[in-house]
Amino acid sequence: MKITLVDYGAGNLPSVERALARLGAETERATRGEELERAEAIVLPGVGHFAALARALAADGLAQGLNAAIERGAAFLGICLGMQALYERSEEAPEMAGLARLRGAVRPLEAGVKLPHMGWNQVRRPRPSALLAGIPDDAWFYFAHSYAAFDGGEEAVAQCDYGGDFTAAIECGRVAGVQFHPEKSGEAGAALLKNFLEMAR
Amino acid sequence: MTLARRIIPCLDTDGEWVVKGVQFQGLRRQGDPAEFAARYDAEGADELVVLDIAASRDRRPTFLETIRRVAAALSIPLAAGGGIRALEDARAVVRAGADKITVNTAAVERPELIEELAAEFGSQAVVLAIDARRGNAGFEVWVRGAREPAGRDAIEWAREGVRRGAGEILLTSIDRDGTREGFDVELTASVSGAVSAPVIASGGADSPEHFLDIFERGMADAALAASIFHERLVPIAELKRMLAERGVPVRRTAGKPKC
Repeated sequence: MKITLVDYGAGNLPSVERALARLGAETERATRGEELERAEAIVLPGVGHFAALARALAADGLAQGLNAAIERGAAFLGICLGMQALYERSEEAPEMAGLARLRGAVRPLEAGVKLPHMGWNQVRRPRPSALLAGIPDDAWFYFAHSYAAFDGGEEAVAQCDYGGDFTAAIECGRVAGVQFHPEKSGEAGAALLKNFLEMAR
Repeated sequence: MTLARRIIPCLDTDGEWVVKGVQFQGLRRQGDPAEFAARYDAEGADELVVLDIAASRDRRPTFLETIRRVAAALSIPLAAGGGIRALEDARAVVRAGADKITVNTAAVERPELIEELAAEFGSQAVVLAIDARRGNAGFEVWVRGAREPAGRDAIEWAREGVRRGAGEILLTSIDRDGTREGFDVELTASVSGAVSAPVIASGGADSPEHFLDIFERGMADAALAASIFHERLVPIAELKRMLAERGVPVRRTAGKPKC
């Protein structure tokens, strides 16, 4: 099975490709919605500004392609900004639309801590998940962001505390998202990507 | 849950090889950057910085190839810099596999560069490197490999850099660099207290106690060093064990060093 990476110019796409290749996964890049029609497993990477991603999703039929793929049961993993894209919108670019697979908006991290939230942090897991299965509870993940989702509903499988709790990972059927960067998170990150490959199978 | 303090080895290169020191005379080749990178990744480094300290235009393709090789060896974040003067230089470095770009002299000469980089790559990818030296009126910024004064106050410049979109400050004490007397606690604490972004302390590290000191009193979010790691004077796993014992939050890895 091939992993389809959505290529809209995100800086971390080669890192994600490399991390998946290390696990023996075959990857391909998709730049247009129609290229997602037969995708079985999709990774949406992302760093930077929500507006850039939202603009890319709106163009070239990517948003429709992603939504259609998710609805017919393709496995999906959004990384960092790619996870934020699952929500309706972000206060980073209030006029732009997300994929709206999840309710609510992405908001800035709490004031009173250094921003961006940059570096290695641990997470708390309110419920078991396929994504984090077998990864030690005290594992460290690499974060680099100033915005996050906070409405930890049913789908929140990991919470991180940085000046307050935010959603570090979501899992909802075959749709998953992580606010941290598994492709940069050493062994723990590799284990998580491996779990995603299992989920996608 | 606490954000871990980061330990960051730095590879100073001539574009191709890891070289010793930041004084431009008598550069001595120390090894292959990709081999160092693989070793530090296995030993539990939290991030890696690779710099082209020669930064000459005609050597650029060589340095980009070095970044590609180093990035391929890593499962942790990589920052790269040296000679980044414009957006297109930064694009090439990011495309080669760097997660972050460090800028120094070019940002002092044209501060708008920071805004341009932050708009394109996001603040989390923009590291403002500041080389600071004690002067008559506090800490002063020096540029061009710490050879020329910039006529700017280091703390003011750090504030301005963050305001313009830098997501991190890489702060090197020129007075301490190469002395092995420990990080400059006063400089680091002053800058860390003045800006809302994380500060990476650099210059002067020689012992685990120096790291403890810069995290506890210097309020550093991360600490960077080169030769003490290259020469295996302070193994990273040992350093982290000691810091953890003294109550500093650090990321410990289960993985055994490969060599």
